[in-house]
Amino acid sequence: MIPLSWYILVSAALFSIGIYGALARRNALAILMAIELMLNAVNLNLVAFWRYLTPNVVAGKVFVLVVFAVAASEVAVGLALIISIYRRRHTIAVEEIDMMKW
Amino acid sequence: MDWQDFLSVLPFIIVAGWATILLLVDLWIPANRKGITAGLAVLGLIAAIAAVISRFGIEREAFDGMIIVDGFSSFLQLLFLGVGVIAIAQAYDYLRRRDIERGEYYILLLYSLSGMLLMASAGDLIVVFLAVELLSIPLYVLAAFAIPKADSEESALKYFLLGAFASGFLVYGIALVFGSTGTTALSGMVAAIESAETTPILLLVGSGMILVGLGFKVAAVPFHMWTPDVYQGAPTSVTSFMAVGAKAGGFAALLRIFISALPGAAVMWMPLTMWIAALTMAWGNIAAISQTNIKRMLAYSSIAHAGYIFMALPAAATPEVAPEAVRAALFYLVTYAITNLGAWGVVLAMEKAEGSGLEIEDYSGLGKKRPALALAMALFMLSLTGIPPTVGFMGKFYLFQVVIDANLIWLALVGVVTSLISAYYYLRVIVVMYMRDGEPEVRSEALLNSTIFITAFGTFFFGILPGFLLKMINQVSLLDLFR
Amino acid sequence: MLAEYLPIVVLIVLATGLAFIVVALGHLFGPRKPNPVKAEPYESGMRPYGPGRRRVSVHFYLIAVLFILFDIEIVFILPWAVVLREIKMVGLIEMAVFIGVLLAGLIYAWKTGALEWE
Repeated sequence: MIPLSWYILVSAALFSIGIYGALARRNALAILMAIELMLNAVNLNLVAFWRYLTPNVVAGKVFVLVVFAVAASEVAVGLALIISIYRRRHTIAVEEIDMMKW
Repeated sequence: MDWQDFLSVLPFIIVAGWATILLLVDLWIPANRKGITAGLAVLGLIAAIAAVISRFGIEREAFDGMIIVDGFSSFLQLLFLGVGVIAIAQAYDYLRRRDIERGEYYILLLYSLSGMLLMASAGDLIVVFLAVELLSIPLYVLAAFAIPKADSEESALKYFLLGAFASGFLVYGIALVFGSTGTTALSGMVAAIESAETTPILLLVGSGMILVGLGFKVAAVPFHMWTPDVYQGAPTSVTSFMAVGAKAGGFAALLRIFISALPGAAVMWMPLTMWIAALTMAWGNIAAISQTNIKRMLAYSSIAHAGYIFMALPAAATPEVAPEAVRAALFYLVTYAITNLGAWGVVLAMEKAEGSGLEIEDYSGLGKKRPALALAMALFMLSLTGIPPTVGFMGKFYLFQVVIDANLIWLALVGVVTSLISAYYYLRVIVVMYMRDGEPEVRSEALLNSTIFITAFGTFFFGILPGFLLKMINQVSLLDLFR
Repeated sequence: MLAEYLPIVVLIVLATGLAFIVVALGHLFGPRKPNPVKAEPYESGMRPYGPGRRRVSVHFYLIAVLFILFDIEIVFILPWAVVLREIKMVGLIEMAVFIGVLLAGLIYAWKTGALEWE
């Protein structure tokens, strides 16, 4: 059987790719996708931990479902926001949306 | 599972359920009479307050420990509901003035509040995560409420992207802690750590990431970059709610997770939280000095205050001090809520319809034109600095005392020195109001005025007679439950 | 332990190699008679018209967002259906409340005109 640490490594790699994408991309949609990648890394972690450590307790599995649902509602709000901004400005490049100084 | 369980989450059910009902009712309320929705929303909050009060003093676990009802949760829930009532009263006239009045505002506010209520009584990391999201997602929409305006748009996008990014960290940290302790229940984690059945490295990284995720939510340095822009761009009534409610919600989670569930891992998170607290106090206060816009100034001020509350965490790493540290943090949260709601109320009164009137210079001559309002603002500024006879002084006094008890003298010193620095920019507002001549354009709206009056009264009253509040807080026992 | 993966490696090499060989064979021996119709992009047998990067109505995305929201609820309904026999009446009532909340959302979307096409 594949050892647990492999899953953790893959998940950490996915999470890091997500962080890199969220910090390095300019397109708001791409950032949103990167954040989704981070959440999926979490799901992989949770499923692996559940399977290897607590296969008889349901908490790990249920958590994955909760993360799914929350991610979906986050995406829905984010997409609606990005669409609304795109309609008015015809751009979703984040560095062009910076009237206020950081 | 029995009906008692549902009674335990009754305040949450009332607020969330009422919001859902209002969502439908609001569809049939004509656009020019959205005051009805606001009134109904307040009614729901009052019912929830009654529900919280009716079970005051009860301690129990519900839904297999997923929900905890204790003094800590009841106290915070009362605070949240009070903040909600004031936030609705402040928003009503403001929304009409900015011409963005829609019933959804109050409904989203109720949903966000329900997240805060859930957070206060979360007994499981799954519930913590769910509550953080329930608190945040409506706030993203609220920040975008004035959306044809470019600054509201920008504020919402920044808040959303950074908030979602932070949630990623939070939930990854939760997953790692789950992997380390084999449970998501807070009470189970205490037992797992005590019996040393954990993987320390996962616990270290996991609790660090939880700290990062919640640090974003409460705007602690170095995770504060979004705060000034978001606070400045969002409609002011939303900023007021966000600055108080979201921050208190984040601290509810921080206190619950770190002090009651991970005391066994205090060696790991104590140095981290200590540095975060020191950096946050220092940077928030120093950056606030150069601000000319009152919303940005108050945003940096709120960062600085997050730093003060953060001091409770390293202090609580010393077990004997922990109960007092929690109480001091709660007291400071109340202080912060009352004072900040008042200060933002004055900002609301000064803001013109098109969104100007937000520079500190615009406050020139306020002392002559509206003496009562200027006096209230002066009181809030003194309270934020921490000068008696205001509640801000009592809050800081209590907190610094706890920090010294925990033998963190240098941290308390950082707190005192940064408070002195903060006097410069808070007192400047008072100087501008009274010493400069000008013709400020001020609103006088009954609801807004009454919220300013109530908060000003609270700031003064609890400043000279903190006993009532202290008595209530002394009944709060965060730690007993897991022992 | 790595030896267990040997068949997979063999499979990967074989599959890749076979793909190359087949394409190369077709290239070598196949007849070549180009005409304009062959050069057109394939659109399931339809005649393609207009540029490839057409703009899609914003409304399309709005519907998509609503779809995501209502679609994801299946992750709660499916496990519920599996254990319904054990949780009995309480489970049924809870799911009724859950669907009721979704229904409220649907009514809201409907009334505010989010579902109207044009």
